[in-house]
Amino acid sequence: MTKNDNKHYSQFQLALMKFRQNRLAHISVWILGLLAGVAIFADFLTPYSYDNEERYFSYCQPTPIRLKDEQGKWHRPFVYGLDISFDQYHKRIYKVETETRYPLRFFIKGDKYKILGLISCNIRLFGVRPPGRLYLWGADSRGRDLFSRIIYGGRISLSIGLIGVMISFPIGLLVGGIAGYYGGKIDDALMRLCEMFMLVPGFYLLLVLRSIVPPDFNSFQVYISIIIILSFIGWAGQARVIRGMCLSLREREYVLAARAMGLSDLNIIVKHILPHTLSYSIITIMLTIPGYILAETGLSLIGLGIQDPYASWGNLLSEAMSIIQINFAPWILLPGLFILITVMCFNIIGDALRDCLDPKCDTGKAI
Amino acid sequence: MFKYIFKRLIISIPLLLVMALFTFVIMQKSTGSFYDLLKMDPLISQETIDRYVTMYQLDKPVLVQFFQWLKNMCRLEFGYSFYYNIPVAKVIMGRMGNTFILSLSSLLLTWFVAVPLGVLAALHRNRFIDRIIQFFSYLSLSTPSFFLAMLLLYFASRFGFFALGGMHSADYEEFSFWGRAVDMIRHLAIPTIALSVGSIGSLQRIMRGNMLEVLGQQYVLTARAKGLPESRVIYLHALRNAINPLITLLGYSFSYLISGAALIEIICNWPGLGTLMLTAVRSKDVYLVMASFMMGGVLFLLGNLFSDILLARCDPRIRYD
Repeated sequence: MTKNDNKHYSQFQLALMKFRQNRLAHISVWILGLLAGVAIFADFLTPYSYDNEERYFSYCQPTPIRLKDEQGKWHRPFVYGLDISFDQYHKRIYKVETETRYPLRFFIKGDKYKILGLISCNIRLFGVRPPGRLYLWGADSRGRDLFSRIIYGGRISLSIGLIGVMISFPIGLLVGGIAGYYGGKIDDALMRLCEMFMLVPGFYLLLVLRSIVPPDFNSFQVYISIIIILSFIGWAGQARVIRGMCLSLREREYVLAARAMGLSDLNIIVKHILPHTLSYSIITIMLTIPGYILAETGLSLIGLGIQDPYASWGNLLSEAMSIIQINFAPWILLPGLFILITVMCFNIIGDALRDCLDPKCDTGKAI
Repeated sequence: MFKYIFKRLIISIPLLLVMALFTFVIMQKSTGSFYDLLKMDPLISQETIDRYVTMYQLDKPVLVQFFQWLKNMCRLEFGYSFYYNIPVAKVIMGRMGNTFILSLSSLLLTWFVAVPLGVLAALHRNRFIDRIIQFFSYLSLSTPSFFLAMLLLYFASRFGFFALGGMHSADYEEFSFWGRAVDMIRHLAIPTIALSVGSIGSLQRIMRGNMLEVLGQQYVLTARAKGLPESRVIYLHALRNAINPLITLLGYSFSYLISGAALIEIICNWPGLGTLMLTAVRSKDVYLVMASFMMGGVLFLLGNLFSDILLARCDPRIRYD
């Protein structure tokens, strides 16, 4: 901040500058951006579609991309073919066939998809020609490529967090704002309503609400219902905190001024009181998104969330519910790593935002 | 103070009942409700169905059914579980105890690990040991408990030592008392660790913060100035004041653990309320759902109540009005 000393910065710019100094948070933003970007362009970036299955290769081990063959000769990137045999317990044993090589090809024709849901296309960034299969991170029970499915799963898992917060947070803001602004009986009634949701273990409530969803819903409808259910549970906690902040904000003079000028109550709440909870809101949003992601994962994990063949990280991880499966194919634990990374990034960003947005936590180093 | 707590308890009960009504309506109105299943099951004779219909007023509107259930509830009749074919009360008591054991052991583990770690980190602020502890806390905060449980199960299956899922070994009945205790601990280890690690991270951070704040206070300076040995300053003067704010968290973290335990129970096959709730919801066993739900709520309430009382006992400045 030594340059431009006579330039004035808005509070937001100051916060942004401080945020930039936090290298860890910076990296986290990039990682999340990368995950989201990869998820958006999943169709193009993955070698297979999420439902492309080859049951012959159930729980196939990862096929590493090689440059050098057994004889020590160099080639363009390729993968070896695989052969299956069964041991006396009918356990699959995969054997690498060093005679057949499948070169890795770029911009290869693969499974069909639609760009933006409109234009049909089948060009994928990389892949191998059939009958070769490319399993970067191994295969799941139905021989679907785990790498592709994890990337596709990012779409659902990440979007559920974002959309869930976008629905529940405005509700929490509004309810909290109204309760805090009016006080008295309205406050009492609304707070009792919030408490109702906090009176029972959240996961139990989640299970009960999930049983409203009719079994004949298709995958997209289930996805929407899960978002709605999560938002339905999530708003109460936020409303309580916002209400606490509004209780003190409504005593400010500018609120009195606004009231004297004849603004409607709703106008005062939305335009004059709630903006003051902005820094808290941003921090909370960052810290609640992982909660939504984890809730979806938990639900999918026990088979009540996103249904096959669609992939979400929880849904993928549900194969790891059986110890035998984990032992046989440890790579099915990989989706959990992605959940961990995502949650960690959100936590780091949330913490960094708290440091730079909340003046109370300022350590005073800048002065 | 007790008046306040009593008042809160009184308010909570109708709220819990509204939640119960809500759950009841959902369970009865959702597709493939329990009555439908009952009618379609060829194994159940018409007389049995008729008996249940009169007993639980299944042919009446949902509200009537609910009050019938409530009436039974007040007489401590929780209804009949159709999935297990025994009265709900028999299923639920043991399950509740198991969830309680799991939550309690996690709570103990969390506190006995997190508080010393927090103190250690605060005393070595910004030094290597502190950095390490902070790094692992952050990692533990971000690790989903179910993922950790899976990882632990995987490693346990590779290297042995801890038991994989369930609550007892098959030959549990033949063990001596100590054998049983060891067996239980071996089964309890994985779910407990999985459930605790996240809370250890957060509690450690809070404890570190508190400790740092207290160490900067004037009375610590005074204690040092008058020549008290450092250990006395820390353990007698600083630690006690730093722990005090944590007491509030104790009860709440207990309630939090009960909710968090559900998923871990399911993954580790621990026969607790969470596992029961899942089975019940899946099989539309409405009276079992209701009872698990209510018992979960009761455990939750007790946790909050416990934390209120504890706080008032520990901090004389707190006055509830």
